[in-house]
Amino acid sequence: MAAKRFNRGVALVGAGMSSFGAFPGKTTRDLFVEAFKEMHASVDKGFDPNDIDECYFGNYSSSQFEGQGFTAPFIANAVGMNPRPAIRAENACASSGTAVRLGITAIASGIADMVLVGGYEKETDQPTEKVTEILATASDNLYENVAGFTFPGLYAALATAYMHKHGATPETMMKVAWQNHENGALNPKAQFGKKISDFIKMKQRSAEKRGKPIPEWDDDMAFLRDPRANPVISWPMRLFDCSPVSDGAAAMLLVAEDMAHNFTDKPLYIRASALASGVPMHDRSDLTTIETATKAGEVAYEMAGVGPKDIQVCEVHDCFTMTQVIATEDLGFFARGEGWKALEEGRTARDGDRPINTSGGLKSKGHPVGASGAGQVIEVWKQLRGEAGERQLPGEPTLGMTHNLGGSGQVCAVHIFERG
Amino acid sequence: MSKDLYSAAGFYEFVDEKKLMGTKCKSCGELYLPPRPLCSACHSEEMDWVEMSGKGKLEAFTVTLYGPTRMVEAGYSAKNPYCVGIVRLDEGPAISAQILGFDLSKPEEIKVGTPMQLNFIIGRRVKRRRPTSGSKPHSA
Repeated sequence: MAAKRFNRGVALVGAGMSSFGAFPGKTTRDLFVEAFKEMHASVDKGFDPNDIDECYFGNYSSSQFEGQGFTAPFIANAVGMNPRPAIRAENACASSGTAVRLGITAIASGIADMVLVGGYEKETDQPTEKVTEILATASDNLYENVAGFTFPGLYAALATAYMHKHGATPETMMKVAWQNHENGALNPKAQFGKKISDFIKMKQRSAEKRGKPIPEWDDDMAFLRDPRANPVISWPMRLFDCSPVSDGAAAMLLVAEDMAHNFTDKPLYIRASALASGVPMHDRSDLTTIETATKAGEVAYEMAGVGPKDIQVCEVHDCFTMTQVIATEDLGFFARGEGWKALEEGRTARDGDRPINTSGGLKSKGHPVGASGAGQVIEVWKQLRGEAGERQLPGEPTLGMTHNLGGSGQVCAVHIFERG
Repeated sequence: MSKDLYSAAGFYEFVDEKKLMGTKCKSCGELYLPPRPLCSACHSEEMDWVEMSGKGKLEAFTVTLYGPTRMVEAGYSAKNPYCVGIVRLDEGPAISAQILGFDLSKPEEIKVGTPMQLNFIIGRRVKRRRPTSGSKPHSA
């Protein structure tokens, strides 16, 4: 799988998202309209939606979550895009990373000049057990589910293999959660935009209100170690190791590179778009890495002509905490077996030398699966344009990356963006 | 009949006979478990069934407190969790399986690398009478 080139360049000129969270009464159509409106407002010089040529949307399973299949024409209708081509991409949690790629390739091919891409998912209408089962349909139905694997279970198994080989511990995972919540607390769109210390205060206030003894913890880590505050879901994974069940949508506007300055003086150019597919977990020769991510990363670096050291902003797919550590190795930021140490040393914190998931990641920001990959791009857009507010990285970063996994890592979409 | 197809149906027919069967490519010799009718390595369409020894080592695992409906119906819960993992067979391929024989109240004492021996869970079936869990290695 060698890196190929675009026939013509592609630029990102607008991006927006709904808040991620639980929104009773809102459908994916409502959420996508919110994202579209914010995207529209983000285009510095404005644009006429009637000039859009095609639409590509990521959505994992509205058919199971909302009872609405065939969502592309409905979403296109909600934002006034009919009769343009509207296509739904489904690649589990990498659905909208895949939609971004399809939008890019439509422009690169010359068949479209302006493309609307995005993603949406509405999960919270279903009870948790049902959500678990819907998500599990993205694992191997013939050979994994039947043995009792859930998604937390599959990623927990990866964590045990990684810990055994490299010496990481459940404490490593708690520190990922801690770090991502520190970042998410600065993201007004985050579903759980709270620090661990905020969760402690919430628990204490709640106990006080109910006239119960007020719980105390020595520090944030003591809270995360306490099985009453942070119960085991699928050992070694606890509640705070899992990304939440979420609703949300994200939208962006891609245009041909030579048109970019008609829309903004600060476009982001797409330097690479890579997508890899792989085998189910039991079929992998190494359970301490995710080979689709390694492959997509290699292709993306080659396509962009850059290396891991050049990337200044990076959103990785932290559906579960240890997955983030593995991602930082798969993408070449750290050597195999070194990612957990780098995490524990604070190197991936916002003030570290390799900041990861400044948005709060899926862990804190939320994980509406079909919108998650597009949501990652929104953070890169904000960081590279200096619009990330309190969580803005210093030094005017110019190069950003997104890493979006599908299923148990059977798909990975990697994109590289550069500020013009 | 299903056994001619090198498919999941054939695999589970063998499981009913307490046999763990994969396929071997007649052209390049690549071994597959679960079985497959088309070689991923050389794209040959010529396969043979081959029986696995059922011996291997635990490569990854988890102790699950909140399982899917079929595990809940089998009696598992947060208070009665189950272990599921990936076992690398001596022949090379690995398989997902329920793991028996460990004290699940102390998951930190379960070791990756523990030798496993295949066992079959009888009688846990889902709708359409397809066997649900083909194999259940336990600690040797």
